[in-house]
Amino acid sequence: MKRKVMLICAVLAGLMFGAVLTGCGGSGKKQESNVLKVYNWGEYIDEDVIAEFEEETGIKVVYDTFSTNEEMYPRIEADSSLYDVICPSEYMVKKMMENDLLQPVDWSKLENGGNLNQAYMKILSDQIDPGNKYMIPYCWGTVGILYNTTLVDDTVDSWDILWDEKYSGSILMQDSVRDAFMVAEKKLGYSLNSTDPAELEACQVLLKEQYPLVKAYVIDEVRDKMIAGEAALGVIYSGEYLYCKNENPDLQYVLPKEGSNVWYDGWVITKGCGNVDAAHKWIDFLLRADIAYRNFEYITYATPNKAAEQYIDEEILSDPGVFPDEETLSRCEMYLYLGQDAEDMYYEYWKKVK
Amino acid sequence: MNKRKLLSLPYLVWMIGFTVIPLLMILWYGFQKKTGGFTLEHVLAIARPEHLKPLLISLLLSVICTAICLVIAYPLALILRKANLKKSSFVIFIFILPMWMNFLLRTYAWLNLLDDGGLVYVLMQKMGFKGNIVGTYSAILLGMVYNYLPFMVLPLYNAMTKIDDFTLNAARDLGANERQVNLHVILPLTFPGIVSGITMVFVPSLTTFVVSDLLGGRKIFLIGNIIEQEFSTASNWNLGAGLSFVLMIFILVSMAILNHYDTLGEEEEA
Amino acid sequence: MKKLKNFFGNAYLAIVFVFLYAPIVTLIVYSFNEGRGRKWQGFSVRWYEELFHSASIGDAVYNTLTIAFLSALIATVIGVISCIGLQALKGRTRNLYMALNNIPMLNSDLVTGLSLMLAFIAVGVTFGYSTVLLAHISFNVPYVIVNVMPRYRQMNQSTYEAALDLGAKPVKAFLKVVLPELMPGVISGFLMAFTMSLDDFIITHFTKGPGINTISTLIYSEIRRGIKPSMNALSTIMFISAIILLVLTNFSPTGSKTEVKDR
Repeated sequence: MKRKVMLICAVLAGLMFGAVLTGCGGSGKKQESNVLKVYNWGEYIDEDVIAEFEEETGIKVVYDTFSTNEEMYPRIEADSSLYDVICPSEYMVKKMMENDLLQPVDWSKLENGGNLNQAYMKILSDQIDPGNKYMIPYCWGTVGILYNTTLVDDTVDSWDILWDEKYSGSILMQDSVRDAFMVAEKKLGYSLNSTDPAELEACQVLLKEQYPLVKAYVIDEVRDKMIAGEAALGVIYSGEYLYCKNENPDLQYVLPKEGSNVWYDGWVITKGCGNVDAAHKWIDFLLRADIAYRNFEYITYATPNKAAEQYIDEEILSDPGVFPDEETLSRCEMYLYLGQDAEDMYYEYWKKVK
Repeated sequence: MNKRKLLSLPYLVWMIGFTVIPLLMILWYGFQKKTGGFTLEHVLAIARPEHLKPLLISLLLSVICTAICLVIAYPLALILRKANLKKSSFVIFIFILPMWMNFLLRTYAWLNLLDDGGLVYVLMQKMGFKGNIVGTYSAILLGMVYNYLPFMVLPLYNAMTKIDDFTLNAARDLGANERQVNLHVILPLTFPGIVSGITMVFVPSLTTFVVSDLLGGRKIFLIGNIIEQEFSTASNWNLGAGLSFVLMIFILVSMAILNHYDTLGEEEEA
Repeated sequence: MKKLKNFFGNAYLAIVFVFLYAPIVTLIVYSFNEGRGRKWQGFSVRWYEELFHSASIGDAVYNTLTIAFLSALIATVIGVISCIGLQALKGRTRNLYMALNNIPMLNSDLVTGLSLMLAFIAVGVTFGYSTVLLAHISFNVPYVIVNVMPRYRQMNQSTYEAALDLGAKPVKAFLKVVLPELMPGVISGFLMAFTMSLDDFIITHFTKGPGINTISTLIYSEIRRGIKPSMNALSTIMFISAIILLVLTNFSPTGSKTEVKDR
């Protein structure tokens, strides 16, 4: 028995030792003085950029990711000092503004602020963030249908195809509440910011009808599944299209004629931010034209950085799937923050779908 | 002696701090309106169809899962007991080994077999079964049985190894055949093992949200998913706490019933 | 007849064996796949290279192992002390304590995790490494007690008294006389706590803070955006280490019989 005990202890001690050695200094043991806590979408940055930022500024980045706005929000609501900079979507920025979870950005600290395309800044200023006080846009895009041309014969130009029985078991729907309801709302010709219970109920019935045809409700997995050819049709963010097409040339992206959602993700600084200076440095770093371009190359989401466009291929710049034209955009709406009650209502209807 | 009693004090403080108070927090949130003030709304919300359905599905799946585990594990434990010790210790080792792999990876691994292009998927297609496997109740059930089977095997095996060979031989000498030995000697003696196996399989399968998340294609909501989502995405903590309170009561009541049978079994033993 | 029965027995074992290991084998096989998908694109060790270069995986492994080790160790100390105290109590009080002890073990991980999260928020601690560690200690303590308690009850209490009579200080008497008696229970309690902590996802999920990931939570966040095959590589390594660890502890010359304990 004794030898067995010793053996177990020795092996465990060895494991521990190995862990300490390979732990790469493991984060979170000690709070270093110059630390920036960044909360971003999963795979939404070229990780080398983080290392470069750390090297250039001497600021240590604690990097964490979320997969939906809704997952991120409650953590910040509970304690806004958990993270220093976050990259939510515009409607979530509005919600955070209204609930006093953010602090204004000091534009004078952003040397590269002029790189942003003013057209987008105006849109955001008009609809979300008057005077662009809080949100520095990072990526933007639309939501549409990605389809596999070898599996779909019909012309895809409408959300209706997601209700076509022919493609039963081969349709991927978005798993986030607003995106799923957006599809139904647009199909029925409603606004995607509807708060009318009758309209939402109609959408819920429609989504329930679609339920048996859906292969899975997905978030980011849609990309890999479409590339692997596991599904014929998938609701996807426009930014994934370029990556998917590179990996599998059979994939095409369409923005349905009924219209869709146009969204902006941007950096905000939390109210409880513990390192405001570093937060500005971070945002400014990402605004640099070359860095913005590298991130575009890596994540393939359209950038609102005008200065970065000089590096991008003409062919990609003119691809309406990546950078939609004016006419397409006129059919799209932005999500607005609808208030807690309306959000609860959306969620209650969403639960009835599944 | 009194001095030693004092040693239980830190434990009491610990348990109050990390078990009792946290559970009271669930009550606190569960019986509170979002805007403050007492309400039963969140607890009663379990009766709403969009919550009741997942609860019933969870119940059904976990009961079936427990039954399947018992049916698979009992003969297994019996075989292991009858095998000689050296071999059986090796076999037990083989059964513990998967538990040392990460729970999520174990479940995720099934996707490699069940999803499009996976071995099981291809076989099923060849056998004429059309459609997806992932996203069905069967896939979730499979994942549950896979993950929780060892929790049934181990206590059963434990209970069986405690049975003395003399007891069995005595029964045989008295003219009992193999079936009678199994039914009238081994079965009653392994009752506590059965009860603890059932507990260890039933509770996690009733409340899981990971297995359904991974193997259910997020098409199927179990009660665990509902509660997890209320906290993580819907940010309606009061509702989530109210529903978890109901779930907790549910578990405690079923455990009490099981325990009742357990003590009955012990009395028979005595 | 006996042979036939043996054959069926072995066949049954084999079927269950295949059921248990088939998915694990696929993980191992895909860890050597050149490509990302489920299509075999040739043998490669690139995912192993990526694994060793990934700081996030390194951190997660470090956190997982240290949390498992520390929480098991602290829980063992708390558990052993508590056992002595609990044994000194009588009748109803002790039953009450034991019922309390059962709650975390019977309750679902989901409720335990949520309740701890709410309590941490109420107290206002910052979520991070320490909250995860505290949560793990708290769900580990009951398992240690369950393992140590029976040993302590079987022990002959008078040996301790005898040591005292012979002039040993209480602490020394405990370390020299009581602890060695309890050792098998302490070890199995420690190992069980270690295993539970290692495999936990749900409680960590609810009590973790920014930048802190264990292997479980890292995998969970990766599953949502398509898992990288470097995770397969990690699981292969974990699997092999587990085999080595178990072989060493089970088939060492003195280790004759595996101890299996109820949860």
